[in-house]
Amino acid sequence: MVHHDTMTGAEILLKALVDQGVDVIFGYPGGAVLPIYDELSKQNRIRHILVRHEQAAVHAAEGYARSTGKVGCVLVTSGPGATNAVTGLADAQCDSVPLVCLTGQVPTHLIGNDAFQEADITGITRPCTKHNYLVKDTNQLARTVHEAFHVARSGRPGPVLIDLPKDVVQNRGLYQPPSKTKSKYNPQVKGDLRAIEKAVDLIASAKRPVFYVGGGVINSGLAACQLLTQFVRMTGFPCTLTLMGLGAFPGSDPLFLGMLGMHGTVEANMAMHDCDVMINIGARFDDRVTGRLNAFSPNSKKIHIDIDPSSINKNVAVDLSIVGDCAHVIEDMIKVWKARQPKIDERALRAWWAKIEEWRGADSLRYPASDTIIKPQYAIQRLYDLTRSRNPYICTEVGQHQMWAAQHLRLDLPLHWLTSGGLGTMGYGLPAAMGVQTAHPDALVIDIAGESSIQMNIQEMATLVQHNLPVKIVILNNQYMGMVRQWQELIHGARYSESHMDHHPDFVKLAEAFGAVGLRAERPDQVDGVIAEMLAVNRPVIVEMRTDASENVFPMIMPGMAHNEMVLGQEDRSRDNPGSEQDGMVLV
Amino acid sequence: MTNAVQDSNRHTISVLVDNESGVLARVIGLFSGRGYNIESLTVAEVDARENLSRITIVTSGTRMIIEQIKNQLRRLVPVHKVHDLTIEGPHVSRELALIKVASTGEKRVEALRIADIFRARAIDSTNESFVFEVVGATEKVDAFVTLMQPLGLIDVSRTGVVAIARGPKAL
Repeated sequence: MVHHDTMTGAEILLKALVDQGVDVIFGYPGGAVLPIYDELSKQNRIRHILVRHEQAAVHAAEGYARSTGKVGCVLVTSGPGATNAVTGLADAQCDSVPLVCLTGQVPTHLIGNDAFQEADITGITRPCTKHNYLVKDTNQLARTVHEAFHVARSGRPGPVLIDLPKDVVQNRGLYQPPSKTKSKYNPQVKGDLRAIEKAVDLIASAKRPVFYVGGGVINSGLAACQLLTQFVRMTGFPCTLTLMGLGAFPGSDPLFLGMLGMHGTVEANMAMHDCDVMINIGARFDDRVTGRLNAFSPNSKKIHIDIDPSSINKNVAVDLSIVGDCAHVIEDMIKVWKARQPKIDERALRAWWAKIEEWRGADSLRYPASDTIIKPQYAIQRLYDLTRSRNPYICTEVGQHQMWAAQHLRLDLPLHWLTSGGLGTMGYGLPAAMGVQTAHPDALVIDIAGESSIQMNIQEMATLVQHNLPVKIVILNNQYMGMVRQWQELIHGARYSESHMDHHPDFVKLAEAFGAVGLRAERPDQVDGVIAEMLAVNRPVIVEMRTDASENVFPMIMPGMAHNEMVLGQEDRSRDNPGSEQDGMVLV
Repeated sequence: MTNAVQDSNRHTISVLVDNESGVLARVIGLFSGRGYNIESLTVAEVDARENLSRITIVTSGTRMIIEQIKNQLRRLVPVHKVHDLTIEGPHVSRELALIKVASTGEKRVEALRIADIFRARAIDSTNESFVFEVVGATEKVDAFVTLMQPLGLIDVSRTGVVAIARGPKAL
């Protein structure tokens, strides 16, 4: 008997997604999710982007989420569909990207029976999701979906997985609207005002201050980025950004020192090392940022603002911590700052800026020019110069090209930079760009890639073509896994074990085989031309640039070294041995 | 860790969680995944109406590690309260053990005598064995087990530590 108020689980699921504001799902069908796909075909509120591999569905949802500030949504089947999604979930967990991933599951009576396409995906993803659910009752489905979105976007964002046994989506049950769903999960967003006042006093008393800002500010939203920019400009203090924080503060602002960390600029890393007050907002003292911990910014008072209490005092002990959402905390800091009108030590600050200008003078991102071979940095710079007026969304894969992009693109806007920071997932960029282009159909979306990374999810070219997503992929082809080769050259006696691929596809023909456009530049004088050609096409394009295979990313803080021990370039090899291992810790 | 040389201390932590499937796996997975110690862990439902369970964990680490453990526990969605009984004031902790001793003659008599001193109860008896129930602080249970070793100890089952703060206030 069909009760009038009841709906099937699949109907409940889609209604809940619509009520949560979902307009796009990235997914791939299979046996366990067929009832959901059947229901999807009967509606037009939610668009489905059919990917070619489930990992790409998750990265695409990440791209969608990071470029919009909304929660990305993924739908995959049980077993291999779900396990293929794991890398994407781990990536989203590391970079705090809000996602809801729906996985099919075998019917409840078969769970635990080693049934066809069964995997214990809640067990598998427990450590790489923010939270996960196995729904066992259709009546609990709507509540679970609403709570999952709430958990994904609240506090420190992250991926949430909902496992959906086939019978649960086929059975009938009652819908429950979001307004009737209460969650006990409510992280603190307002910072402690006393701590904020203390922080303002400390900031105002600084003689050699630096803002060290991370992806938390971008996750907090556009308002947080605007407030940050306002606050930094009010103080006139220098500001450096982490890889995940790029765009939170305008890259063209003179107060910006560039990215810090392993491949950061001299001025950013030296300012971190020599500062007396460090203001960390939404960053997590990652090992790629700090270098050797016992030599990290040895003489500074450290303030740490983070929404996740477990980020505080995890790697670096700080002097003053404020738990809260960046937007709320910065807003309160500005209020306190304005109310107190603190007198800052202008003379000390001028001396500090003079020092910084000296470091800037090292021009640490310079590279040897060439008119015979394309330097990868040159390719990225030309790409930036020729596209910046269109405010492109830039995605990257992982490796040398990613670091050069982070160094040389001075992005002014938040949400326009998408890269795999924490997990370092090769193959992230193309599907992420797919997600960005889906969310912003008219925008210019560029994936800066290496020839190795791009092959990890190259199958998504077909998705781009099928869904008319005109993503521009610029492959810097140096014939090597460049970052692996660089480490082998600098740390492993130039023994290039398995970092060279003897065979690559012809990327131009490959693009054409997928139904996209393929272009190639082999000399520096061809770079501008192919970029112009690429921009003129309103279709997916692969541009292959044959770049210098021997180029390395500098500056570089070698593993185990400190911020003031950077290797500046190929000619500066005095420090190209890694630092000593300490306390038995292996260097990574 | 910058403070790796800091002294490691033992802490007893009480965690109030939703009594749902997988919650224990989340807690244990957090400890194994991040390399924290678990010296003892107990769990049982404590509030059927609110569907809450209480987990008592005895762990050890430096001050920074203990702080991390508590903050990581608080990040878990089904975790409601995390209290460090060791630093939040006086608390009592108890462990229960069932201890099987198989012996005859003088050893059997000695086992009974020591059980009496420890206020352990014999809750099962055959002509050649006892099962003792002993309750107390971990050290007391340890001492009892050690004394039983030469007297025919063949089997030990311990609950792990349960603990509660002293005084009138709830968790």
